[in-house]
This record gives sequence, structure tokens and C-alpha cells, in this order.
Amino acid sequence: MKKPEQELAEIKAMMERSTRFISLSGLSGVLAGIYALIGSGMVWYWIYAPATEFGKNLESLGTRELINRTLLTGFIVLILTLSSAYLLSQKKSKKTATKFWSPSSRRFLSTLFIPVISGGLFSFALIHEGYFHLIAASTLVFYGLGLINAAHFTLNEIKNLGYGQLILGLIAAFHPEYGLICWALGFGILHIIYGSMMYYKYD
Amino acid sequence: MKGNYDKAFENVVRLRIMSILMVNEQFDFNSFKELLDVTDGNLASHLRNLENQGYIQVEKSFVGRKPQTNYSSTQEGKSAFQRHLEFLENLIKENKT
Repeated sequence: MKKPEQELAEIKAMMERSTRFISLSGLSGVLAGIYALIGSGMVWYWIYAPATEFGKNLESLGTRELINRTLLTGFIVLILTLSSAYLLSQKKSKKTATKFWSPSSRRFLSTLFIPVISGGLFSFALIHEGYFHLIAASTLVFYGLGLINAAHFTLNEIKNLGYGQLILGLIAAFHPEYGLICWALGFGILHIIYGSMMYYKYD
Repeated sequence: MKGNYDKAFENVVRLRIMSILMVNEQFDFNSFKELLDVTDGNLASHLRNLENQGYIQVEKSFVGRKPQTNYSSTQEGKSAFQRHLEFLENLIKENKT
């Protein structure tokens, strides 16, 4: 018989590896934050510059062209984020010799993306109905809920990131004039902080 | 001494299988194979061993046209594993004092 300490460690490791997706790369969080900051900087420029007062130009959000440009920026940010998260996490799972596509990663992704996809569709409904000022709030809230939901199946710290996004989303819901700022703080700054913390801790 | 050292979990593959089934409601054959990195025959014989002891149960189904074999732990298996854990913990405690 092996030492009981070793045996318990073995049991714990198997329980973790079979339920948790541990290959999420911290670096991809930092990159996601940088993309989001660049994107929101561009949108800020289109909406507010040269006037710098918040909430003044909100009515200009109604123009077709601006909405299309903002949506396109959002999509580019999303695609860049997803592809760098995919590539970096796959690299990490190779390094740690764990399977990237496993029951635990599938569970993680489905718990994360069910709220996120419904949030995306909900945001389209908001655009369709003309409630442009609530889009930042709704994307933040749904993303936060998705993260809190998915935290059961990956490293636990992601829960705090989720709470942060949720709080910023609720602030943006009550103060739509700060929506873009909240969005930049949530998707940009919080991702960078969280990603670098994870990078130093686990990578 | 509390708990009971269970011979069924003496083998490391069986210990791992049971650990996985304690925290997952179901786990299928191929996922076991991926995670444990063992051969088909080896895995199958350990699974059968646990099944014969009444610690796990098997459920065969089809996903599309592919057969899938799902395993889950029985109540008996869970309490046996719990007793095994208690035994290990007590052993550690006693060695400390």
C-alpha cells in the first residue's frame, strides 16, 4: 500500500481533473482586456469626441451608421478574444498534459455560454427596440452571471471576476451615461487584472 | 479504528475510477480512457471488477449511432469509498500523534 497521504492526494487530483477545466490561460484574459479597451476607446471617440461630457451625446447613438460601426467593433473584439483564448488555452493544456476537449471543458463552456449567448440575443432585442443605452449593462450582467455559473467547473477565482462584471453591469443599468465607461472597466480593466493574477499564480 | 481499508481500492486505476465517480454523476468509457491514460482492456477489467462488487453500475445507450457506455457509482460504492477515505484519514491522524 502507498502512503495514505499520497493516496488522498491522488483522489483529490482525480476529482479536480475530472470536474474542473484548469487549462484556462491567464494571458488570454490580459489580451481580452486589451482588445476590449481598444474597442471601447474607438467607440468612445465616435460617440463623444470632441465633446467630452458623458451622457450628452446619447441621442446620437440612434444613427444607423454609428450603430453598425459599434456592432462591428464589438464583433471583432469578440472574435479576437475567443480565438486567442482558444489558442492559448490549447497551448496550456498541452503543457500541463491535460485534454483540452474533455467532459469538464465541455461542461465549463456550456455553463458559461448559455447565459452569454442569451445575453447576446437579448442585446440584439434591445437594439431592435431602440434601447441602445442599456446594451453595455445587459452584456455585463449576462457575462457576469455566466462567469459565476461556470466557476463551479473551473478555477474558483473566476467567480470574483463574475461578481465584478455583475456589479458594473448593474451600475451601468441605473446610470446608462456611464455605460461605456463601465463596459471598458469590466471587459477591459477587470480582465487585465484577473488575467495577470491568474498568469502569475498558475502559468 | 474507524473506517475500513477496502481491497477494491488498492489498485490505483480502481481508486481513480471511484474518485471520479464520486464527484461526477456519470462518466463514459472514452472519457475514462482519456483521463486515466490506460488501455481499453485494462480499463474494462477494472470497471468490471468494480461492477461485480456492486460499487458501480453500467448503462449502455446510443449517441446517434455510436454506442456509449456510461458508468455511475452505486450507493454501496459511495459508502464503501467513504469508509476507505475515513480509514486513510485516521491513519494519517494516528501517525501524527
